[in-house]
Amino acid sequence: MTRTKKSTRAAQYAALAAYLVFLAFPFLWLISTAFKPARELGSLHPTWIPEDPTLDNFRQAFDEQPLLRAAGNSLIAALSASLIAVVIATPMAYVMARHRNRVSKAATGWVVISQAFPFVLIIIPLFLILKNLHLINSLLGLIMVYVVWSLPFALWMLVGYVRAVPAELEEAAAVDGASKVRTFVSVVAPLLAPGIVATAMFAFITAWNEFFFALVLLKTPEKQTLPVILNRFIGTEGVADLGPLAAAAFLATIPSLVIFAIIQKRITGGMLAGAVKA
Amino acid sequence: MRTSRRRRPTPRLLTAAGAALALLLTGCSGDSGDDDGKITLQFQSLAWQKESVDANKALVDEWNATHPDVKVNYVQGSWDSVHDQLLTSFEGGEAPDIIHDASDDLADFAYGGYLADIGDLLPERLTSDIPERSWETATFGGKVYGVPFLQEPRVLIANATWLKKSGVRIPTPEKPWSWAEFRSVTKELGDGKDGKYGVAWPLKEPVSATLNLSLSTGGKMFHRGADGKVDVRFDAADQIMPRTVHDQVNGDGSASGTTLGMGGSDTLPGFFGGKYAMVPLGFSYRQQIVQQAPKGFDWQVLPAPAGADGLAQGVSPQTLSVSEDSPHKKEAAAFIDFFLQPDNMVKLARGDWMLPTGAEALKDPALRTEKDDWAVGTALAEHLRPAPAQSVRGYPEWKDKVATPAFQEYYSGAIGLDELRKRLVDDGNLVLARYQR
Repeated sequence: MTRTKKSTRAAQYAALAAYLVFLAFPFLWLISTAFKPARELGSLHPTWIPEDPTLDNFRQAFDEQPLLRAAGNSLIAALSASLIAVVIATPMAYVMARHRNRVSKAATGWVVISQAFPFVLIIIPLFLILKNLHLINSLLGLIMVYVVWSLPFALWMLVGYVRAVPAELEEAAAVDGASKVRTFVSVVAPLLAPGIVATAMFAFITAWNEFFFALVLLKTPEKQTLPVILNRFIGTEGVADLGPLAAAAFLATIPSLVIFAIIQKRITGGMLAGAVKA
Repeated sequence: MRTSRRRRPTPRLLTAAGAALALLLTGCSGDSGDDDGKITLQFQSLAWQKESVDANKALVDEWNATHPDVKVNYVQGSWDSVHDQLLTSFEGGEAPDIIHDASDDLADFAYGGYLADIGDLLPERLTSDIPERSWETATFGGKVYGVPFLQEPRVLIANATWLKKSGVRIPTPEKPWSWAEFRSVTKELGDGKDGKYGVAWPLKEPVSATLNLSLSTGGKMFHRGADGKVDVRFDAADQIMPRTVHDQVNGDGSASGTTLGMGGSDTLPGFFGGKYAMVPLGFSYRQQIVQQAPKGFDWQVLPAPAGADGLAQGVSPQTLSVSEDSPHKKEAAAFIDFFLQPDNMVKLARGDWMLPTGAEALKDPALRTEKDDWAVGTALAEHLRPAPAQSVRGYPEWKDKVATPAFQEYYSGAIGLDELRKRLVDDGNLVLARYQR
């Protein structure tokens, strides 16, 4: 390796390390804050490692708010929404990618435009529709909203993945006598697996973090999701109960981290699966 | 090869679809509500600190135990998002019956027809207990849209050891500092040369702090004419407080320039660390100070500086309102009456570390104790007035687009007083004019 190449590689690693530190800083600071007693939170010279670590923030967070139930609600809403979104979006994306005509172009245009709508513009009509369907204060109503909200982008993502699958593979399957459905299920879908998983991750994270729809649509504490519950640690003029908020926020990140860890293997595995026709 | 392809995706797809269906069919249905003929009221509270939530819930439980025919459901809201959440609920016809909010948020809802006029539903006990100046904060067009019940003055929270050591006169509600004396004291306490300052102004949101504190010098800024239209002026009385801050930061060096962009909580580490002798904060910040101050840190509450109008300052009290759509307004008003009995107001005030509006509650010894300087705040209660801008239509836009950047630039020294006046008045009146055609 030449000196120039070595120095380029070193610079790349340095940039990567800097980026990782940048990404990790808020999370590590969150963990540190979650274990600090109130007096350390007000210190002019904060430390990374709490001098007098405590679990009081976690105790207080659990005492004051129904975190476990809220996490369960968030999990139901986010998992359901991501599953339904990919189940609907995958065949739609296939059609849009493989059959380019006016309808698919119009659909693509709609997908792009729909991303520009601000929440406040759609929330009131949406609220009225869900009210007429008796789906206010219902996780089912919230899941429907999340599916509709994540569907356009999910569709857009998957269209790109479908286009990356060589059409020749489908032609080969057709030569072998496979029907359109069989071709999609047996040839295209396995190759799309990484894309489907990535799309599901996107839909899951969108729903897991979503606050405003959940705030407006869910009335009773039994139904409310984690972001709504976390917001209760914030008072007037942005004053926050920082310790318990950090503890609860740290706990709230764990399920999505676990799901990411599991799914990451699937993405890698999916990339290697089914690409070679025997 | 074909066989293996057929097997792989299908079971996964079926499992996923089955799981999704199962999730949808279990535990996702909406509320059925009460069918027993009893009246049920939804009470959305914004209480968020543990003591406050506990006090709210205990009062709701007490009501439910003594009023079997009118059940109150406690619903938790949050300050951070209450306006959008309520607006959506009003539009969708799903608003709570009893609504907790702040008086400066009520004008839009009152003018929009979302809140009930509860003036005739409240008992004499309650209406006469709360002073007229507090009722003004929730009265629009002669109609009462909320009951103001908790409020907090802005006070100076001081490092007591530092103050005593410096030998400056310690102000009291009876003998507060004038604005000029305040400036000279802060110069004496610290000029920033050794990293120590006499005061730290947390002015991330400079407009309400400036308007509310300027009432002490007779500043009004908003003037309503005989035709009901409001115009902005920036007279000599309006300039005293802003000039003091500007000169402390840019002339004397007695106020830290870095805290101008901070919120109140952000200044506390520096205060505890001995960088600032005083921080102007809301009265309820005492709770954070009690929780976070290092052991042995001696602090005390001082009244804000006074001007020609004494200790007057503007506040936007917390309020309880009734939704116009509520079919049980009378019962909702009865609950508010119960909730705001003097003893209960004291519990709520202590839970939020704020002051009650009610005269009877203010007499309670628990709010006149020297501990945590409750007595200093209670002595300020009679000087609190409605925040000058809260009934002015167009104020939010004036604040965000004109006044906030103008004050931020003035306090940091980027512009002078003439430019500040030009922006507040000339640009400001153009904004207000659009709301008053």
